[in-house]
Amino acid sequence: MALNEAFVGKAFPYHETYCVGVENIREFARAIGDENPLYIDREAARAAGYRDVVAPPTFVIAVIMKAQDELLFNPELGLDFDVVVHGDQRFVHHRPIVAGDVLTSTPYVDKVRQAAGNDLISLRTEVTDPDGKPVCTAYGTLVARGTA
Amino acid sequence: MTTPVFAAVAVGDALAPLTYTVTRKQLVKYAGAAGDFNAIHWNGRVAREVGLPDVIAHGMFTMASAGRIVTEWVGDPGQVTQMEVRFTRPVVVPDDDQGATVEVTAVIGALDPDARTARVDITAKFNGQTVLGKARATVSLPA
Repeated sequence: MALNEAFVGKAFPYHETYCVGVENIREFARAIGDENPLYIDREAARAAGYRDVVAPPTFVIAVIMKAQDELLFNPELGLDFDVVVHGDQRFVHHRPIVAGDVLTSTPYVDKVRQAAGNDLISLRTEVTDPDGKPVCTAYGTLVARGTA
Repeated sequence: MTTPVFAAVAVGDALAPLTYTVTRKQLVKYAGAAGDFNAIHWNGRVAREVGLPDVIAHGMFTMASAGRIVTEWVGDPGQVTQMEVRFTRPVVVPDDDQGATVEVTAVIGALDPDARTARVDITAKFNGQTVLGKARATVSLPA
């Protein structure tokens, strides 16, 4: 079943902010087996010039997860989430994320298409601070296998 | 850890290689930390029902783990301004204590003297086959 073209080009701002905690970053870093002191040690992070511990480059996926899920699970979109795998991902960091950040995620559907029997959806999620300044742009493609 | 400086980096330079092992337990930890509870990453029955060989690692776990080769080289993760991957093959994680082993290598693919950035090209292999395509990071370097 083709995905709903009406979603393309639209923004789906998420109602909850993500408040980045020290333990969120530590837990993520330990889950990826990375004990870089700047992820774990608040004093080391401050000595390196940061306000608090720094997030690993892919931590932002945790920040945007709920915002993306709300869009992807919208029944009007027509995505069969049971057969979804991740196609690609790109992060463009406008500045590092640190503990204490309060972040807003706004996903956009850039494209939907069909290829080789699969439905593909390309998302772009803009992550901003409370002043609306850009923090990260996350691009990702999800593939629903065999649904097209 | 010494921070690499732009002038000392050349295209073709290899970064220190990295090998990591991923077990079911780590996938559960990652699921919690990332908020990604898709059952194909922890439940073999569900994974097989949708046509996968068994439980597979989150693509984002592979991206994060392979990306460590870059942050361990540069030291300060805040210098990584871009990271991208295509997920070309799954990393199948067996229900045992050994898990799956992934070998990661990387080279400097390009340098931009105006922006003082380096592009790092990453290769991740599982069972001798690459699992990521076009895996790249852009790193900002001091002069």
